Amino acid sequence: MSAGGGVSRRDFLASLGASGLLVLFRADGLLAQEPGRLPARQGYPSDFNAYLHVGADGRTTCFVGKIEMGQGAMTALAQLVADELDVPFESVDMVMGDTDRCPWDMGTFGSLTIRQFGPVLRGAAAEARAAILELASERLGVPAAQLQTRDGVVSRTGDAAARVTYGGLVQGKRIERHVADIKVKEPAALRVAGRPAPRKDAREKVTGRAKYAADIGLPGVLHARLVRPPAHGARLRGVDTSAAEAIDGVRVVRDGELIAVLHERPDVAAQALARVRAEFDHPAATVDDATIFDHLVTTAGEPQVLDASGDLAAGEKLARSVFERTYLNAYVAHAALETHSAVARFADGRVTVWASTQTPFGLKSQVAQALGLEAERVRVITPYLGGGFGGKSASRQAVEAARLARLVGRPVQVVFDRAEEFFFDTFRPAAVVKLRSGLDAAGRIAFWDFKVYCAGEREATSFYEVPHRRTASAGGWMGQQPPGLHPFAVGPWRAPSVNTNTFARESQIDVMAAAAGADPLAFRLAHLGNPRIVKVLRAAAQRFGWAPKPAPSGRGFGIACAAYLGTFVAACAEVAVDRASGNVRVERVVLAQDMGLVVNPDGARQQIEGSVTMGLGYALSEEVRFAGGEVLDRNFDTYRLPRFSWVPKIDSVLVGDPAAPPSGGGEPPIVCMGAVIANAIHDACGARLLHLPMTPARVKAALAHS
Amino acid sequence: MLRTIRFTLNGAPVAVTVDDARRLLWVLRYDLGLTGTKFGCGEAICGACTVLLDDAAVRSCAVPVGEVAGRRVVTIEGLERDGRLHPLQQAFLAHHAFQCGYCTPGMILNAVALLLKKPHPSRAEIVAAMDDNLCRCGAHTRILDAIESAAAAGGAR
Repeated sequence: MSAGGGVSRRDFLASLGASGLLVLFRADGLLAQEPGRLPARQGYPSDFNAYLHVGADGRTTCFVGKIEMGQGAMTALAQLVADELDVPFESVDMVMGDTDRCPWDMGTFGSLTIRQFGPVLRGAAAEARAAILELASERLGVPAAQLQTRDGVVSRTGDAAARVTYGGLVQGKRIERHVADIKVKEPAALRVAGRPAPRKDAREKVTGRAKYAADIGLPGVLHARLVRPPAHGARLRGVDTSAAEAIDGVRVVRDGELIAVLHERPDVAAQALARVRAEFDHPAATVDDATIFDHLVTTAGEPQVLDASGDLAAGEKLARSVFERTYLNAYVAHAALETHSAVARFADGRVTVWASTQTPFGLKSQVAQALGLEAERVRVITPYLGGGFGGKSASRQAVEAARLARLVGRPVQVVFDRAEEFFFDTFRPAAVVKLRSGLDAAGRIAFWDFKVYCAGEREATSFYEVPHRRTASAGGWMGQQPPGLHPFAVGPWRAPSVNTNTFARESQIDVMAAAAGADPLAFRLAHLGNPRIVKVLRAAAQRFGWAPKPAPSGRGFGIACAAYLGTFVAACAEVAVDRASGNVRVERVVLAQDMGLVVNPDGARQQIEGSVTMGLGYALSEEVRFAGGEVLDRNFDTYRLPRFSWVPKIDSVLVGDPAAPPSGGGEPPIVCMGAVIANAIHDACGARLLHLPMTPARVKAALAHS
Repeated sequence: MLRTIRFTLNGAPVAVTVDDARRLLWVLRYDLGLTGTKFGCGEAICGACTVLLDDAAVRSCAVPVGEVAGRRVVTIEGLERDGRLHPLQQAFLAHHAFQCGYCTPGMILNAVALLLKKPHPSRAEIVAAMDDNLCRCGAHTRILDAIESAAAAGGAR
């Protein structure tokens, strides 16, 4: 599948469908913009007018169901439109995540924006340009073949009279012209994509004008605080709200399990909530953050085989040494700086919700269902998100705001406080990987038996060439199965499954390289066939200045590599370990990435830097403490995020082939961080860390062991 | 206690009649409509609500509004002059020293306070001064670069 050139939009869409992705296309674009008459199955509309509007002033407004949460989608999508439509990048305005104005979208997750939606938007812009060219040809009385488009103007070369602007031609109207089988541009013809672009959101964000859901000021808005259970699974026994109601201006609303105190001021609502006496039956805690791993292995069920080749028993016979390790990782929070926020207004039988959500269209259905409304009576508007990372795919706060707005007949704002944010977070699941592998007499990997519990299947199957191998998985990253597996919700966290699976695989590779007395890079290369992985490994090693040496070398160097979503990454890190305190300082990280065509190189580097920095957290400090369904971390005093003083020197190397289709860049660069630091720690001091996060206490324990 | 608090906000006098224990953050956001100052943790840990109080960085979620009576408060909305960005705003923009942007107002104001006190800090001094402001997106290295370049270009004014 090539998004580059030579493939028509229709072919491209067809190939997406054939690849099994959930992308459904509808013939009637007009209908697709009328949510009330939508069928249950939705897809991207085929009418380019759904995505693009050329104003009389010549500015292009682009409508997309994606949202901007910092990842730079607003900028990269505008680059794609500018290129295909032949308009200046500066003249493209983005409208995102408004379910009344934007075409349907499944949601902003999985690094799909450029990889999957990008071709759709490019195709729409290419067709719009072709339609404009036809209209201009008729207006000017010049054959289309003699016309060119550039910077929002159609003209005939060398003829000042034969010229019309897009704005003058289209006059802000729908373009009632469709052109079949238009090809998007060849990569070499791109002027805007492939080069760094200034972020569209920059000015608003440095001036404080950028609006987030909690910043939507509505006249008469009431701030709601809700009665929350002390633990997941706790049942409300009784509630006394009289002391709260005694506060001037406080309203108390109860609707089934939903109990809220509301006031015109958020702090007074919080004071009122503190006066509510709610009693809960608190189930006895059966697991905590220390016992969870045994619980997961015994509860998740027998791992199902995902991939197998050769014969494990034969592989074991070949092996001169066998390595059996169990890798663990804790629950991790998303911890976006903006907590889940929403404002809802209910008027004339319609509800409008401004929400921090990664899934505005999914939320629209949820709100419709919760309120018993037809979908067409619900509008979700998504302002800027203050971080998402997968955690804002769930939008409980917005449904609560909508319900309350209808109950009280005034706009209602629900903004989680930090404790609610931790409590309702859909954590990255705690997980266990049991790995057995062996080396033959020649120092090659003889067999590989990988069982993952509760992280999920993604990238569990290794890309190293091993003759006898098996990969099996029990329990997915959504935590669906079986019920009671996790004491609270889990869900997608930046690169679901892959952080865990990469940590285990790349640590085990180093364990074996060390046993074989081989340099970790050379050992990897000896077992790799995929040229794109080899390329990123070599690129990272070269930039890092990797000199071959078996670990532990005392240098504190680590290396790891991964593939995810069609993107290939390799990382090298240098760490310093303080043996007395167990403290690990990451001095520098080189991250090489092959993501095919890079639409916005500076945006890709921002994602790499962000991933490396965020990845320090799950590698070194982040771990949710809990007792049964009670989440003990309630704020950033105990749940420690990476800080300025932790941040290494970060060097990003982009090595993709611009002729290859663009793949995702928001998630892959985080997945190596556990292993590359674990491997560097081992290289520094000989201690092998098997449990994320690698806290000072765990480092000291591993040192005592080594 | 309900009373009228007068102070200077972004260079202009304001008066609010509120409970004087009310946190400055809520007064700014909901009494005065300045939403650039963000709620992040509510316990003065994350720095998203940072504003300037007499040129020093404070956590507005922890400052009772009564304490700002007669003093000067500057929020992110008060840094631009006649449509011209403050040098630190300009530096954050030029370096793309943000992603989601939610911590950005607090970061910029914390940096303004630093450069007012120490116009040419070392990289280590910038790190130390910024260390209690949290960013989840991982814009840290660019934030440090932006502050360094603004300092090199002439500091906080």
